Amino acid sequence: MSTESQVGPRTMFDKIWSEHRIIERDDGQTLLYVDRHLIHDGYAPAFDSLEERGLKPRAPEHIFGTPDHYVPTDTRELAEIPDPERRFMVESLMHRAAAADITVFGLQDRRQGIVHVIGPEQGISQPGLILVCGDSHTSTHGALGALAFGIGMTEVTHVLATRTLWQRRPRVMRVLADGALAVGVTAKDLILTIIATIGTAGATGHVIEYAGPAVTALTMEGRLTLCNMSIEAGARAGMVAPDEVTFAYLAGRPYAPTGRDWDQALARWRALPSDPGARFDREVVIDASRIAPMVTWGTSPQDAIPIDGQVPDPDAEPDIERRQGMVRALAYMGLAPGMALTDIAVDRVFIGSCTNGRIEDLRAAAAIAAGRKVGPEVEAWVVPGSRPVKEQAEAEGLDRIFKAAGFQWREAGCSMCLGTNGEVGRPGQRCVSTSNRNFVGRQGQGVRTHLVGPAMAAAAAVTGRFADVRRLVAGA
Amino acid sequence: MEPITRIVAGAAPIDRPNVDTDQVIPARFLHKPRDGTLGRYLFHDLRFGPDGVPNPDFVLNRPPFDGARILVAEQNFGCGSSRENAVWALHDYGIQAVLAPSFGDIFRSNSLKNGLLPIMLPPEVIHGLLAQLAETPGGTIAIDLEAELVTLQDGTSHRFEIDPFMRDCLLNGIDELDYTLSQMEQVESFEHRYGRRNA
Repeated sequence: MSTESQVGPRTMFDKIWSEHRIIERDDGQTLLYVDRHLIHDGYAPAFDSLEERGLKPRAPEHIFGTPDHYVPTDTRELAEIPDPERRFMVESLMHRAAAADITVFGLQDRRQGIVHVIGPEQGISQPGLILVCGDSHTSTHGALGALAFGIGMTEVTHVLATRTLWQRRPRVMRVLADGALAVGVTAKDLILTIIATIGTAGATGHVIEYAGPAVTALTMEGRLTLCNMSIEAGARAGMVAPDEVTFAYLAGRPYAPTGRDWDQALARWRALPSDPGARFDREVVIDASRIAPMVTWGTSPQDAIPIDGQVPDPDAEPDIERRQGMVRALAYMGLAPGMALTDIAVDRVFIGSCTNGRIEDLRAAAAIAAGRKVGPEVEAWVVPGSRPVKEQAEAEGLDRIFKAAGFQWREAGCSMCLGTNGEVGRPGQRCVSTSNRNFVGRQGQGVRTHLVGPAMAAAAAVTGRFADVRRLVAGA
Repeated sequence: MEPITRIVAGAAPIDRPNVDTDQVIPARFLHKPRDGTLGRYLFHDLRFGPDGVPNPDFVLNRPPFDGARILVAEQNFGCGSSRENAVWALHDYGIQAVLAPSFGDIFRSNSLKNGLLPIMLPPEVIHGLLAQLAETPGGTIAIDLEAELVTLQDGTSHRFEIDPFMRDCLLNGIDELDYTLSQMEQVESFEHRYGRRNA
């Protein structure tokens, strides 16, 4: 089971894994060294567990935190969080971090944001690192060529105390995206297509390496969107090999190395990509040139179809279990088989989240919103992924475009992606969302979530129903 | 953690695939303190209507399944969010094991660290068990962790596997963090070498 003596071509995952292996037991459990640990406002209880044991964070200088899950997006005043239990979540993080000398970007810090947006933004996430966080979308940081994965509360406590984590070596799947994405088709459409192809458990037990021309052609931000939703295909981590796009993105970021350290880091990073001929446990090939803008119709991210498609008919599904699942999903979503997606009216639009809350996402949405008006029946929000994203958007005038079109322009946080801060929809509302999960009740009890990319969300906001963004771009 | 060796209990079917942790405990309850009463939020939106009244159709609201301590689920149980609250809600409610063809990776790992057994069995065994529960509800299932053997209500036994390290921790009540803390000398010497390589 050990690959200690592995010779010959290695995958990027192999290289990072073996570099961080402290102890490998005969039963296959491996103690890994953790380079960076990100924390957010859901994880203050881990500090209670530490305290009960008389322990302290072992390496506070490698831990970075920010409140995101419980922060309101209409104010930056902690005291204005009306629910005392939610306010306590944010306060506890701030107190715990301060007491332990952990760097934390608080509500009024200009670097605050969603933890998976600020890691790359501040240059904390880097190629070759093992990075963990108590959140399943930690897979995002793999876009820089890191091995990054989500962990639970007990594991967070373990990493705080020891800077290590026990893991069993996962298998490695390569997803090769051939060809080029068409105009108006984004990384969000690519990952939704991948999940629809392999299924929501398709990569369980695996780490995914995304490769191929359609992946290397993505900007850093597109790669972050792609890796973000790896967990929606069952993979704890997703990765993209670092290249010039990665290095150009990282150069000059606050926590990125500089001077001679940068040169040495660059030499290490250039050796990370999988060797030619490296063997993957599984390989999936996707023809990126055939992908259209995608929309989910059901209650799992795998229920994604092209915008020119129709709501599927359970009667056409031979597998009884899947058929029953489709019937349940359609009932929850209030949809009938055969409906054209473009005939479905929407109530709310949410543009934001660690999936699609970065500056390029807001630019793409603003390009559609410009000169148009949000439908009279639609409530549309833009929630930047971080304070730097918000300030950059404002410098470019995007906030004025959104506000003129009738969108609400809000402060940074997770917000309606999961509604832990209380920002949720009403039962029965249909919400078009650039987030990552369309689970039952994800955006509030009874709320019907449809996942799309940011331009598609803006298109739905201004037309009041799902619309093919490619037609709006063409001015049709 | 208390050692676990054997579980004998009634089982309830959760017969739908891809039960995500948002179903196990909705996000709006994640800030509730971990005081041993999170069981009240377990499957909240399936168990209760919008008015808070128990949904009589949900399996855990129906005898004999209301006394179940084992769940029998479909593939990919516990997918989605890494919230350990999902495991605590199951634990606080009294669930000791979940039998399914497959689990979400993070949920499975969280379960093992809280003494909740995520037991993977072949799909045909699970489907057979779901059929038994539908036909003759109320039987008991026995789980022997040491022998890695589950005995169903029809008397048939099936092998399962739990990660040997985690199994050892569960059987002997070993705390993983205590174990790691006993290995810190190795961590420190690794750290020294690692620091020099990456300086």
